[in-house]
Amino acid sequence: MHVDEATVRRIARLARIKITDAEAQGLEGELSSILDWVEQLKEVDTENVEPMTRVVPISLKQREDVVTDGEKAAAIVANAPMSEDNFFVVPKVVE
Amino acid sequence: MTELTKLTLAQARDGLKKKAFTSVELTQAHLEAIEAGNAGLNAYVLPTPEHALELAKASDKRLAKKGKAGDLEGLPLGIKDLFCTQGFRTTACSNILDDFKPAYESTVTENLWKAGAVMLGKLNNDEFAMGSSNETSAFGPVINPWRRQGKTDKLVPGGSSGGSSAAVAADLCLAATATDTGGSIRQPAALTGTVGIKPTYGRCSRWGIVAFASSLDQAGPITKTVRDAAVMLKVMAGHDHKDSTSVDADVPDYEATIRDGVKGLRVGVPKEYRIDGMSKEAAKLWDQGIAWMKDAGATIHEISLPHTKYALPAYYIIAPAEASSNLARYDGVRYGMRKPGKDLIDTYEETRAAGFGAEVKRRILIGTYVLSAGYYDAYYLKAQKVRTLIKGDFDKAWDKVDVVLTPTTPSPAFAFGEKTGDPLQMYLEDIFTVTVNMAGLPGISVPAGLSSEGTPLGLQLIGKPFDEATLLRAAQSIEDAAGRFNAPDRWWG
Repeated sequence: MHVDEATVRRIARLARIKITDAEAQGLEGELSSILDWVEQLKEVDTENVEPMTRVVPISLKQREDVVTDGEKAAAIVANAPMSEDNFFVVPKVVE
Repeated sequence: MTELTKLTLAQARDGLKKKAFTSVELTQAHLEAIEAGNAGLNAYVLPTPEHALELAKASDKRLAKKGKAGDLEGLPLGIKDLFCTQGFRTTACSNILDDFKPAYESTVTENLWKAGAVMLGKLNNDEFAMGSSNETSAFGPVINPWRRQGKTDKLVPGGSSGGSSAAVAADLCLAATATDTGGSIRQPAALTGTVGIKPTYGRCSRWGIVAFASSLDQAGPITKTVRDAAVMLKVMAGHDHKDSTSVDADVPDYEATIRDGVKGLRVGVPKEYRIDGMSKEAAKLWDQGIAWMKDAGATIHEISLPHTKYALPAYYIIAPAEASSNLARYDGVRYGMRKPGKDLIDTYEETRAAGFGAEVKRRILIGTYVLSAGYYDAYYLKAQKVRTLIKGDFDKAWDKVDVVLTPTTPSPAFAFGEKTGDPLQMYLEDIFTVTVNMAGLPGISVPAGLSSEGTPLGLQLIGKPFDEATLLRAAQSIEDAAGRFNAPDRWWG
């Protein structure tokens, strides 16, 4: 599977990672060779095979629908690069 | 007091009980070893000496009173930097987490502290656990305490838990926590002459461990001996309501049964593991391991795991796909670093460009690609179907055998830069370990011999789900036959 430079840029945009021209060119080859290599999975007959959803056959546990935690706004924003009055601060989104 | 660092975890535990020394003395000896040796090995990214001594003092008080001591009372451990430690910087060895200090403790480490263990500090690893040589860490690579005989070239300690494996091999802690998504406990253990066990998926809580690929990640210990692994796993494991995939099952006293022997145990040898890329030495050691098991009374059976060769390519779809969603949280808003851009989207893009290293970016992009519109069925769904077949291979094998014996890695420790040029070459390091994660099974690497270069090689045992007890028992028989392998004299200071 060949991934061209335009596709690399589109994927990087989707992944929200800025890439330089040099990186885009390098990634074109790297991603293509990795995707070529995984192509071998096509050899495997997976007709009528269920995709795995869990490795251990257990059903998800349910717990009481009660509040067990909270009232920790200051602790939650403590690691934020920018915060004000226990809110995260981001660049202006709505004009 | 330096000889205290040479003790195994179990020996140190017994010494503390007999009052041969105190936890403060034991902890101090390790702190001195870290102080002297860490500059040479780069195993710790954050030593926490003051905290360690405080914990040691508290442990000594509990050890003085009857019935107060926990299972790991006063024993100094190293913690992989993937485990959140309350108030202590946790970075997953990525720049993007910057100076992140968790407001909470991971369940696994909480279990250790409740049992009385002492934290010596945080250990280096590949960035977000993505790597097999510890070369992708934002803190720089860890150096393997082992060297090729007569040479001084620096070798990799394996990865991603390279800080854990190097620290245990170099006696900079009695034991360490680690995590394993495709081989990150077992491969570094093999490359450093240490023991590493990845338990069954669901055995240890993943809560508070920085997520890489959630359906594959599992915590486990790296230790000096099989007995130590049994001691550590008992404390680390257990059900946790904060991780809905953790399993509510009894955790047996593994240490009590490791000496029960392997008489009558059925050992499977999968023919598909005899690959072209395996070194002669690894192949020879595998035969030696088979002979040891036979001598100890086990029976040997050739088995077939026909989908083995597809495990690694399927892994390199599933793991990056899950990583790309897990790592979406690093957006420069809630924690970690931020590189301001001209608007919000630009801030995300600049932050993630500056914060992630090359391998992490590569995997996020692969993951984003295989999950993008129109490709999901061809890649992710296909890989999950292949995963069902891989697990099915093992399910069939369990009718005939109790454990499976394989090499841990195709070859011994390599030099820096030897495999960084080609990502695929590095990915092949996990060829024997990754199937175990794909099937959710427990696997252990035990040191079994030395290569012609004088560097360690490991054998891997794979077990039935939640049958870590049998796995540890079989591993003990290999350790008994092979002996232990100690790293060369302290060249690192």
